[in-house]
Amino acid sequence: MTSTPVAAPIDTDVARPGTTKTARVKKRLTSRGATIVSLIIAVLWTLPTFGLFISSFRPEEEIKGNGWWTIFANPGFTLDNYSEVLLSSSASSPQLGEYFVNSLAIAIPATIFPLVLAAMAAYAFAWIKFRGSGALFVFIFALQIVPLQLALIPLLQIFSGILQPFQESVGDALNIPTSNYLQIWIAHTIFALPLAIFLLHNFISEIPGEVIEAARVDGASHGQVFLRIIIPLAIPALASFAIFQFLWVWNDLLVALIFSGGTSEAAPLTQRLAELTGSRGQEWQRLTAAAFVSLVVPLIVFFSLQRYFVRGLLAGSTKG
Amino acid sequence: MRTVDLIEKIVQVGLGLAVFAAVIGLILFLADKAPKKAKDVVQLVVFLAPAIILLAIGLIYPAIRTSILAFSNKAGDLIGLDNFAWIFTQPDAVRVVINTLIWVVCVPLISTIVGLSYAIFIDRSRGEKFFKALVFMPMAISFVGAGIIWRFLYDYRPAEREQIGLLNQIVIWLGGEPVKWLQTEPINTFLLIIVMIWIQTGFAMVVLSASIKGIPTEQVEAAQLDGTNAWQRFVNVTLPGIRSSIVVVVTTISIATLKVFDIVRTMTAGNFDTSVIANEMYTQAFRANEPGRGAALALVLFVLVLPIVIYNVRVLRKQKEIR
Repeated sequence: MTSTPVAAPIDTDVARPGTTKTARVKKRLTSRGATIVSLIIAVLWTLPTFGLFISSFRPEEEIKGNGWWTIFANPGFTLDNYSEVLLSSSASSPQLGEYFVNSLAIAIPATIFPLVLAAMAAYAFAWIKFRGSGALFVFIFALQIVPLQLALIPLLQIFSGILQPFQESVGDALNIPTSNYLQIWIAHTIFALPLAIFLLHNFISEIPGEVIEAARVDGASHGQVFLRIIIPLAIPALASFAIFQFLWVWNDLLVALIFSGGTSEAAPLTQRLAELTGSRGQEWQRLTAAAFVSLVVPLIVFFSLQRYFVRGLLAGSTKG
Repeated sequence: MRTVDLIEKIVQVGLGLAVFAAVIGLILFLADKAPKKAKDVVQLVVFLAPAIILLAIGLIYPAIRTSILAFSNKAGDLIGLDNFAWIFTQPDAVRVVINTLIWVVCVPLISTIVGLSYAIFIDRSRGEKFFKALVFMPMAISFVGAGIIWRFLYDYRPAEREQIGLLNQIVIWLGGEPVKWLQTEPINTFLLIIVMIWIQTGFAMVVLSASIKGIPTEQVEAAQLDGTNAWQRFVNVTLPGIRSSIVVVVTTISIATLKVFDIVRTMTAGNFDTSVIANEMYTQAFRANEPGRGAALALVLFVLVLPIVIYNVRVLRKQKEIR
C-alpha cells in the first residue's frame, strides 16, 4: 500500500489521497459525511436501550431523582432492583420469576410443535406425489395473509367451549394438573404453520432427489426417510426457523393476552410487563430491571445465533 | 415462587412434549405398519393431516366465523353493515383508521430509507458487523420491552423537578419547557411511530445489506472508472440492483405495521387519540364486549393487508421468471 505509486487519472484534478487503484471499491462510499451519519444513527439506535440498562442498576431514589446521564455526578450501583423484581415474594412486587418460567414453558413447546408438524407437511409437499399437491401448497402459503386477529375470537370460543372441558375431564380422570399452557401452545402452533411449511418446503425440496429415491428403492418408508435423511439434512433450516419462532413467541403479547388467562399460572413475561406499565408506570426502579429480565433471553439468543437468525430472515423475505 | 409450582410447571411442559412425541411417533410407526396397498395413501395422510387439521380448525374456520361475526351484533343477529358504518362514521373510530394510515405511511418509508442509508454507509467499512449488530439489536427485543425503553425516554416531570426522560432533558437544554409527550396529540402518535421505526430499521438494513453485497463488484468498479460520483453510482447501479429487495422490505414492514398492537398497548393503551386498528380490535372484542365491532375491525385489517401481499407475490413471481 505505501510503496504503490499514486497513479491518479489525469482528468481528476482533485487527487484525494487514497483514491488510487489499489484503494479499490473499499472506500467508495465511506466518505467523512457518511461516516458521521452512520455514527449518529448507531448512537441514536443504541442510546435508548443503554439508558434503560444503566438505570436498572441505579438505586430507586437516584432513578426517580435525576437522569441516568448524570450518573457520574450522582453515582450509585445496586442489584436491588433485580432481586426485587425476581425474588421478592411480597404481594406488591412483580414476582417475575414465575412469569419467566412461564415464558420458557410457553416458548419451548410452541417452537417444537410447529417445527415438527411443518417439517412433516413440507416433506409431504416436496417428496410425496399426490393430486392437488401444488394447489394445496399455494393455498397454505396464501393463509399467511390472514392476520391472526381474524382468528382470535372464534378460536377462543373453541378453546373455552371444547378444549378446556375436555382437558379438565382428562385431567380429573388421570389426576394431573391442567393449565392454560395447552391453548397457548396450540394457538402459536397454528399461527406459525403457514410460514413454517413454506420456508421448510423451500429447503427440503432442494435436497437432492437421488438420495431420497435411493432410500425408497431400498424399501425405506416415508417415515424412515423423513427421520433418517430429511431431518439431519434440514438442520440448518430447522435451526433458523426455530430461532425465529422462539423469539416470536417469547416476545408475543397479543396471543398471550387472549389465551393465557392472565394469572401467574400461565401468563408470560411480556404480559406481566404490559400490566406493570399500566398499573405502576412510574415505578422505574422496577420497570427498568423488569424490562431487562425479559430482554436477556432474546438478546442471548440473538447475539449467539445471529448468523442463523439473519439467514432465516433472508430466507423468509427474499426467497420466492 | 414456590418450588411446588415450579415442579408442576416443569411437569406440564414435560408432559406436553412427551404426549406430542408419543402421538407423532405412534402415527409414524402405524403408517409404516399399514397394509402395503394403502401404504402410500396412509403415509401421505399421516404427514399432512396434523398440519391441515390444525389450520382448518384454528385458522380457516375462525377466519370465516369472524367474517360473519363482523356483520352481526352482540346477540349474534345479522345487522348488515352497521359495524362498518360505526368504524367509518364515529369520530373516535375514524381517528383509529387515520392513525393506522399514518403509521403505515411513515414506518415503512422512514425505516427503509434509514436502513438503506446505513447499510450503504457501513458497507465494507471496518467494524461493519459490529455496527450492524447495534442497529439490528432492537429486532430481538419484544415490542413490550421496546415500549418500556421508549416510555422511559419520553418520561415527563414538571419543570421545577429534574427530568429523568432524555427527550425532555434535551428540550430543556435547548431552552424549552418539558412536555407530556405521550398525552399530547398529535405528536404522541409520531412518538409511537418512532418506536416501530427503531425496531424495523434493523430488518430493512440487514436484508438490503445482503442484497447490496449481491451486486457484482465489476459493475460498481466500471461505474467508478467512468468517473461517476457516489450518488450517481447509487442511483444507477445500486438502486436497480436491489429493487426487488426494497419491495420485499417495504411490503413486509407495511404488513407488520398494519398489525402493530403491542407498542400502542404498552405505551398509551390507545388513549389520547393514539389507537390503531389492531389495538382497537382487541379493545372492542375482548374489553368492551363488542365482538361484532372487533370482528369488523379485523376484517378491515385483512382488506388492508391483502393488496400489499398480492403485490409482493406478483413481484416475487416476476423476479423468478427473470431468473
